[in-house]
This record gives sequence, structure tokens and C-alpha cells, in this order.
Amino acid sequence: MTLSTSQANDTQIVTVNAERIDASMAIQFKEQMRLETNGGNGRVILDLSNVDFIDSSGLGAIVASMKQLESTRQLDLAGLTPNVDKVFRLTRMDTVFQLYETLNDALSATAN
Amino acid sequence: MCISGLDRMNWYTKCFPATQSGAREGVVGVVSELAHEGLEREALGTVEIVLAEVINNIVEHAYSKKESGSVQVHYCLTQEALRVRVLDEGDALPNEKLPQGVLPSLDVAQEDLPEGGFGWSLIRALASDVRYNREAGQNRLALRFDL
Repeated sequence: MTLSTSQANDTQIVTVNAERIDASMAIQFKEQMRLETNGGNGRVILDLSNVDFIDSSGLGAIVASMKQLESTRQLDLAGLTPNVDKVFRLTRMDTVFQLYETLNDALSATAN
Repeated sequence: MCISGLDRMNWYTKCFPATQSGAREGVVGVVSELAHEGLEREALGTVEIVLAEVINNIVEHAYSKKESGSVQVHYCLTQEALRVRVLDEGDALPNEKLPQGVLPSLDVAQEDLPEGGFGWSLIRALASDVRYNREAGQNRLALRFDL
């Protein structure tokens, strides 16, 4: 599983290049997120548009990734596919993260 | 067992090792067979989430103190429902009862947000019926998804 990063002004965009974030890769995801975001500042948008499936371990890894960031940095999520969105809604994690339908929507919105 | 009706009831079985990679392949395999049998997209997503949670629990908890074993998934798809039985030879659920599946609270400081404990809540929210019993050293979880 790989993550790729790009920068848009003060915003770091981390794209997940995997179809699943599940129990078998939750730890790697968290560690790779730490490496990608370490030492940066500003807002991070996690682009999940390639991800078809997450389970509760994958959700936990995304929460852990947010907790790893400095408290001044915000982690927003973009491009949630239907199954992924379902998991966020059912666990009420849609009240914890800002969710955007597309990366462009996320980029257009100003950070809170 | 499926209650006999006018539909032809065929039970299919998938068996795989209770490891993380075995579980992933097993879940993906069952979902792929259900897709092939015509189960529609939204139901496939629901079933995949529930199966992943159930089987992750078996891998992480039922077999945590033992040498790993295997998981058997039996399933039967009719027009009105998908029935699934998941069997393993791991440790019993605590008190041999289904967990309530209460969601951990999110009304906490960011650094205290939960990273787990969501599984049973997801299972109970998405399956139409969930039952558990233990017999002859085997855990048996019966799930029904109304279509």
C-alpha cells in the first residue's frame, strides 16, 4: 500500500493508493501516515477516492493518524466511496472529521 | 439450516486460516462469489463490512491464546435473505454471549478519541439478525441479511 503526497499552498494532500484499509494493513497505514505528515504544518487532506473498503481497523488507523498530527493541524477526508462513508456514518465518525465528496470540494473549502 | 421453501436453497462453504491475510482472502472470496450470484452492490458492501468485523474478531480474540485454526463460512442466498454461518474453534465469547455493541463515546478530547471497539456495533447495525451459540468447542455465529 502506498501513500503519495502533493502540496497545494498550505495544504498537504495525501492520496491513498490502495483499494482497502483493513486489519491486515492498519499498522502500516498508520506508520506511513506518520512518515508522510511528520514535520509538516498546515492542513492535511486525505484523499480516499481509490479506497473501496475500510473496516473498523482501517477506521481506527485513520483516527490514529489524526491523533499523530500536531494539534494545530487539521485532517480532513475527501472522496469517500459508499462503503467507506457507511462506516464513518454508523460509527458517528462523520461528526469528528470533515468529509468532502471530492478533493476539489475539500480544497475549495477553507480550513476551520 | 435454511427453512425449506419454494426457492432452491443451496449452501456454499468457504474455509480459510484464521490469520489476517487468510481472513482478507476469505472475506473477499465470499463477497466475490455473492457478487457472481447477483447480490446487488449495496448489500455486498454491507455484507463485506460485517464479515470483515466478525472474522477479524475471530482472528484477534477467539484464537489469540491458541495456535491459529481455521474459519468456516457457510452461506445461502435466496430472494428474501442472505443467511451466513461463521464457525470457528477458538475461545468462546465472554460469558458465551453476544456483546451489546455499544459505540465508544466520541464526546472526548481529540487525543482520547477511540481507535477501536466499533466492530460489534457495526455488526448489529448492519445485519438483520445475529445469533450466537457454542457447541462441542465450536463458536457458531448466525447472521441474516434481509434483502
